[in-house]
Amino acid sequence: MSDGTSGAPGNPKSAYFLSHADEEVERRTLAVLVDNEPGVLARVVGLFSGRGYNIDSLTVAEVDASQHRSRITIVTQGTPHILEQIEAQLLRIVPVGEVIDITKSKRGIERELALIKVAGTGEVRVEALRIAEIFRARVIDTTNESFIFELTGASDKISQFIDLMRPLGLVEVSRTGVLSIKRGKEQG
Amino acid sequence: MTTATKTKTRAANPAPTEPRIMTGAEIVIEALREQGVDALFGYPGGAVLPIYDALFSAPDISHILVRHEQGAGHAAEGYARSTGKCGVALVTSGPGATNMVTPITDAMMDSIPMVVLCGQVPTHLIGTDAFQECDTVGITRTCSKHNYLVTDVNDLARVMHEAFLIATSGRPGPVVIDIPKDVQFATGAYIGKDGIHKSTYKPQTQPHADAVAAVVDLIMTSSSPVFYTGGGVINSGPRASKLLRELQAVTGIPVTSTLMGLGAFPASHPDWLGMLGMHGAYEANHAMHDCDLMICVGARFDDRVTGRVDAFSPNSKKVHIDIDASSINKIVRVDVPVVGDCAATLDAILKELAKRKGKRPDLSAWKKQITAWRDRNCFAYKNSDTVIKPQYAVQRLYELTKDRETYISTEVGQHQMWAAQFYHFEEPNHWMTSGGLGTMGYGLPAAVGIQVAHPGALVIDIAGEASIQMVMQEFSTAVQHRLPVKVFIMNNEWMGMVRQWQELLHGERYSHSYSESIPDFVKLAEALGGHGIRCDDPTELDGKIKEMIAHDGPVLFDCRVEKAENCLPMIPSGSAHNEMILGEITGNEVSDAGKKLV
Repeated sequence: MSDGTSGAPGNPKSAYFLSHADEEVERRTLAVLVDNEPGVLARVVGLFSGRGYNIDSLTVAEVDASQHRSRITIVTQGTPHILEQIEAQLLRIVPVGEVIDITKSKRGIERELALIKVAGTGEVRVEALRIAEIFRARVIDTTNESFIFELTGASDKISQFIDLMRPLGLVEVSRTGVLSIKRGKEQG
Repeated sequence: MTTATKTKTRAANPAPTEPRIMTGAEIVIEALREQGVDALFGYPGGAVLPIYDALFSAPDISHILVRHEQGAGHAAEGYARSTGKCGVALVTSGPGATNMVTPITDAMMDSIPMVVLCGQVPTHLIGTDAFQECDTVGITRTCSKHNYLVTDVNDLARVMHEAFLIATSGRPGPVVIDIPKDVQFATGAYIGKDGIHKSTYKPQTQPHADAVAAVVDLIMTSSSPVFYTGGGVINSGPRASKLLRELQAVTGIPVTSTLMGLGAFPASHPDWLGMLGMHGAYEANHAMHDCDLMICVGARFDDRVTGRVDAFSPNSKKVHIDIDASSINKIVRVDVPVVGDCAATLDAILKELAKRKGKRPDLSAWKKQITAWRDRNCFAYKNSDTVIKPQYAVQRLYELTKDRETYISTEVGQHQMWAAQFYHFEEPNHWMTSGGLGTMGYGLPAAVGIQVAHPGALVIDIAGEASIQMVMQEFSTAVQHRLPVKVFIMNNEWMGMVRQWQELLHGERYSHSYSESIPDFVKLAEALGGHGIRCDDPTELDGKIKEMIAHDGPVLFDCRVEKAENCLPMIPSGSAHNEMILGEITGNEVSDAGKKLV
């Protein structure tokens, strides 16, 4: 609630100066359950771009073919005020059935899959393979001069692995973006 | 089975087992009929010809042929706002659809129930940049409440009914249905509206009991409360206006309203504060600023209303009743959020209040303060014997029409604010104006829609000479369909509000806000088959307004008013509610930061 004292005189504020600079930006993972109908992803993504919200990562796939339900996992950032708006605005979209705040639930599990191509010969090649073993990355393709690793895990673990591969001949990275689900027996 | 028994079974038990098979175009018409649509506003074109053909044999649905698709959209809005029913527009693909974008956005911003039917190129041509093809669902995705591209005729009836459900329930809004031409020709099964629902769409209409109790707790202890009501009360239906009046009668709490909410509470009531906001009443804005309890009912803390947010009503507890959870805490943090339909919530508050014993604080000191603010007479203006003052024109229009069934629409600008200030409304659904989007050109086509819905009523578009030229051609629609709308143009030769802002913010550098060439509206009216009246003398004004009312047909009234009049009072951009300009603009009202705002 505004207290009327925060704006110094001569520094007028209206809705256009609506600032939540004093609030800290938080990172949130949201699971959005939607009817899998044409354009639903565009509606969700368009909401974020249209209202100036951030998307750090986005994954989407149908999860229940009989019910035509898809699950969109969005990693976003914003102040608590913005995050509250994002959730409310998402629920205005007609084919959006449910928005689950995975981060806030404290019971969330987040995983990401990455395919990482590394090229090199000799000692760097051996070193790449050694680090891959530590990270439990699988080799899914190999030539005399390259590997493709498949790695699943938390996003920061994947980023760490990619950083380690950089001096060892990192060529290309493909990441799925974050998937999430809540621990325990309950749904949602 | 013999033919005889077959016929017999059908007669005894029609429909359910055997779906009615018809063309897509016929499905559209049948669904409109089942939804109770008696009028639609449209413009034909290649991609909707099958629907127009089906309409040819549907005499029970009247079709109003507009002159431009934007007119069809605003007419549907006017129809919807004045009846509470869903407005329907029918247009062709490509330019037909893109011309609808403004009214769709307008209806979205003001939460107006509307279904827009668009023709589309045949499915096999979609994506080929075919003649008159555009990505209608893509273009209207963010400006509609929901939209559909129907690619299978067997989905069409369901989509039609779903669209009406979505457009009219929850927070109302426009729904677009894009129908490819081959789907209009194809045959498929018709299904009725019963049982149609969408599993993911569940607007919350009933308020939470705890929230209602919290509102009543605040009412029980407040000594300077105010109701801040908005278009949500109108959209909720006449019952919401009735309940608002009941709750006000029980509590004695003074009422102010947004531009969109005028009419929900009678302007003749002693506890009516007038409209609030940028050009609102001094007493309304001061009551908002100084209250200890603000009960917002179906309004959304728009920037025209709040002014400077960090100085907005600093000492009040705030309640926000809204059917759309995303409106709550969007601009202003509130203490008690109540998600629910206005009527349902007002009803719950009344019932909860009836259970409470104990005395509420006396409001007489608060009312006395309000009277002191009211005594400033913020809408006072210097009248003239020689020039018609725009405020005077609206005042006379009000006095000469208030005893009839009168509906008012407006365009956007100074005249709109003067209409809101000087025309007074006793009932909801009698005031149609473009609030959120601020669409110049809204008023005339809206008046067409209103007149279609209320054939015997007096429908007046209070206009400016600039706005009216935006969708001027719809006067011809009124002539064709014998719709006796009255267009009351307050002609000051300027884009008045632009001129006022240039005076206020840009050192009187009037860049391109004066029209060198304005049509002779009297001749124009005659050319279009209507009646024209001109008045530039205040002593003749009453007689000419009476002539306008008496004329049985569309009238363009060219009311020549004072050219340099400013619309006051005004909260300049970036100022607080208690920093209104009352008398005259001096040029020093707006800070540098405020000048950057709109």
